[in-house]
Amino acid sequence: MSKAVLTGTHYMTGDEACAEGALAAGCRFFGGYPITPATEVAEHMSERLPGVGGVFIQMEDEIAAIGSVLGASWGGVKSMTATSGPGFSLMMENLGLGLVTETPCVIVNVQRGGPSTGLPTQGAQADMMQARWGSHGDYEIIALAPSSPQEIFHLTITAFNLSETYRLPVLIMTDEIVGHMSEKVTIPDEKTIVTVNRKAPKGRKDRFKLYQPGEDGVAPMPAAGDGYNVHVTGLTHDERGYPVMTVDAQREMMNRITGKIHKNLSHILLNERFMLDDADYVIVSYGVSSRTSYAAVEELRAMGIRAGLFRLITVWPFPGNAVKELAERVKGFVTVEINLGQIHLEVERHVAGKTAVKLVGHTGGTIIPPEDVVAAVKDISGKGV
Amino acid sequence: MTGKKKQTDITPAHPLDDLIRTDRIPHIWCPGCGIGTAFSACLSAIKRSCENLNNVSMVSGIGCSGRAAGYIKLDSFHTTHGRAIPFATGLKLAKPDMNVIVFSGDGDLFAIGGNHFIHAARRNMDLTVICVNNLNYGMTGGQAAATTPHKAKTTTSISGNPEDPFNLPLLAYAAGATYVARWTILHTRDLTESISEALSRKGFSFIEVLAPCPINYGRRNKEKSLDSLKLYQEKSIIKNGADPASVDLDFQNGIVLGTFVNRDKPTFYEKYKMINGLD
Ligand code: SF4
Repeated sequence: MSKAVLTGTHYMTGDEACAEGALAAGCRFFGGYPITPATEVAEHMSERLPGVGGVFIQMEDEIAAIGSVLGASWGGVKSMTATSGPGFSLMMENLGLGLVTETPCVIVNVQRGGPSTGLPTQGAQADMMQARWGSHGDYEIIALAPSSPQEIFHLTITAFNLSETYRLPVLIMTDEIVGHMSEKVTIPDEKTIVTVNRKAPKGRKDRFKLYQPGEDGVAPMPAAGDGYNVHVTGLTHDERGYPVMTVDAQREMMNRITGKIHKNLSHILLNERFMLDDADYVIVSYGVSSRTSYAAVEELRAMGIRAGLFRLITVWPFPGNAVKELAERVKGFVTVEINLGQIHLEVERHVAGKTAVKLVGHTGGTIIPPEDVVAAVKDISGKGV
Repeated sequence: MTGKKKQTDITPAHPLDDLIRTDRIPHIWCPGCGIGTAFSACLSAIKRSCENLNNVSMVSGIGCSGRAAGYIKLDSFHTTHGRAIPFATGLKLAKPDMNVIVFSGDGDLFAIGGNHFIHAARRNMDLTVICVNNLNYGMTGGQAAATTPHKAKTTTSISGNPEDPFNLPLLAYAAGATYVARWTILHTRDLTESISEALSRKGFSFIEVLAPCPINYGRRNKEKSLDSLKLYQEKSIIKNGADPASVDLDFQNGIVLGTFVNRDKPTFYEKYKMINGLD
């Protein structure tokens, strides 16, 4: 057996760091399908999993990849897949199955330019709304946006922990730039890494209800073979997991799968506030775009413009209340993202006309230079371009 | 009058009751539908072949046959349309000792899910796949499927199906399945034995079960449930070991049934362990 946690300092790509984070989190099943720029996650997992007692399988397409991940999760094994735009689109139906059957797993989207085949080798952040609404029907989802190989290592562990805690698929929405960049990644001592496992059921097996939530809104989850005779269906179901085609059952189920997220926002919402305390202008950004935004904040401060960065680590659910609070006291918002305005819509929605909002985005293929962000803040501050 | 109970005091227990979620009965299947018979053959086979029922699970896709997972009292998974096999693949690899059964219909397994079927067979994934073939999409009201006979009438081929159907045993064999059989719901004993055999062996096993869908397929093709059974009785030819290439379904001249393929090959998981130098 080889070591699951490679404690030490490494030079690795974001994709590799993601795979190492998964292994450190306890992931022991990967169902994959090659796609640029996410292939390296699968390659790395295929090399590493056998040595730590796990299984890697290359499935016939992305629909099968996520299907196998859901199946393995019900077998009691922490499971993951990684893909990019076209594959992410193919995964949408089974993502819904994972949400409605409350199946923990992690899905990584190393975003590239779209739509369609788009820019396979160049980055974008244009699948952010798809991450929120891509599967049909209403739901809540958790999506995290790492901005460096080091962060993707840690956030992959966080993603597994959140998925196990709240019994749902968690998305890692990274991008080609972070996925393919090589940087220093420090992997801590195994003992210091906190990993969470799904709550196991207690009490009489014949009285167990698969979807009866505890205080935190989350139901314990047995694995197949544990003797609970679970029934798991994508149909609307009651707490036993049995299909019930009624308005009431639908409402109760929907309240459960959305309520467990609403109830635990303080634990789920992760973000970083950089020079925000006295800021007049808030840059809202995430992932690779937040990296170029730090430089913009510093440049603006040097010019005497009080700018700050509100960096989203958890992008979904969106921290609407935090934006609302900021909107009460600041003079303007600039959203920085590599798309034509997706998270920007959320910013606008929560600012609700209280102050100025502006998007710095483009159609994809490269990063957003800090000078574009600087120009946008200067523009809304009335200090000219 | 000692020890004599009135007839009404006796709750008749079916020998398969312990494998059924009786609290979900009545089931949704129509009167005269063949799925129930295929399902009970499967349950009998499980009883016969599987000692530890905790170690058996069923995965279904979508459709009338896909509802089987909802009635079996084992760990059971009713997944998305066509995707039972990938789900079962993940489950099996997480629980390599578990007997994983895929029970679904022809539309689910061979149209929308066809790609998964051939790849699981190619890998020799250790699954038992039971396909209830009723020649059409029953759940959605009787549309043409990848198994609908040429010229048969369905709601999407009202003048007759212009396409030819798959020969499912040939497809399974060509893709690499290590056990391939075909029966009808009239041949319950053979069918039960066949499922039982599949459950006891390792590797990718495929069993096609011909079953009537009187409500949708039968109605449009002037074939009542009893007519289908008569057809199964009169036209069936049992030919174990028949070349899968010769068993195209031919309801006029003869329906070839039997175990066509039974060969040993290492499974995916065995090969995975071997290649990676594990145990
Ligand atoms: S529609 Fe056909 S296949 Fe479906 S339950 Fe009715 S008879 Fe059976």
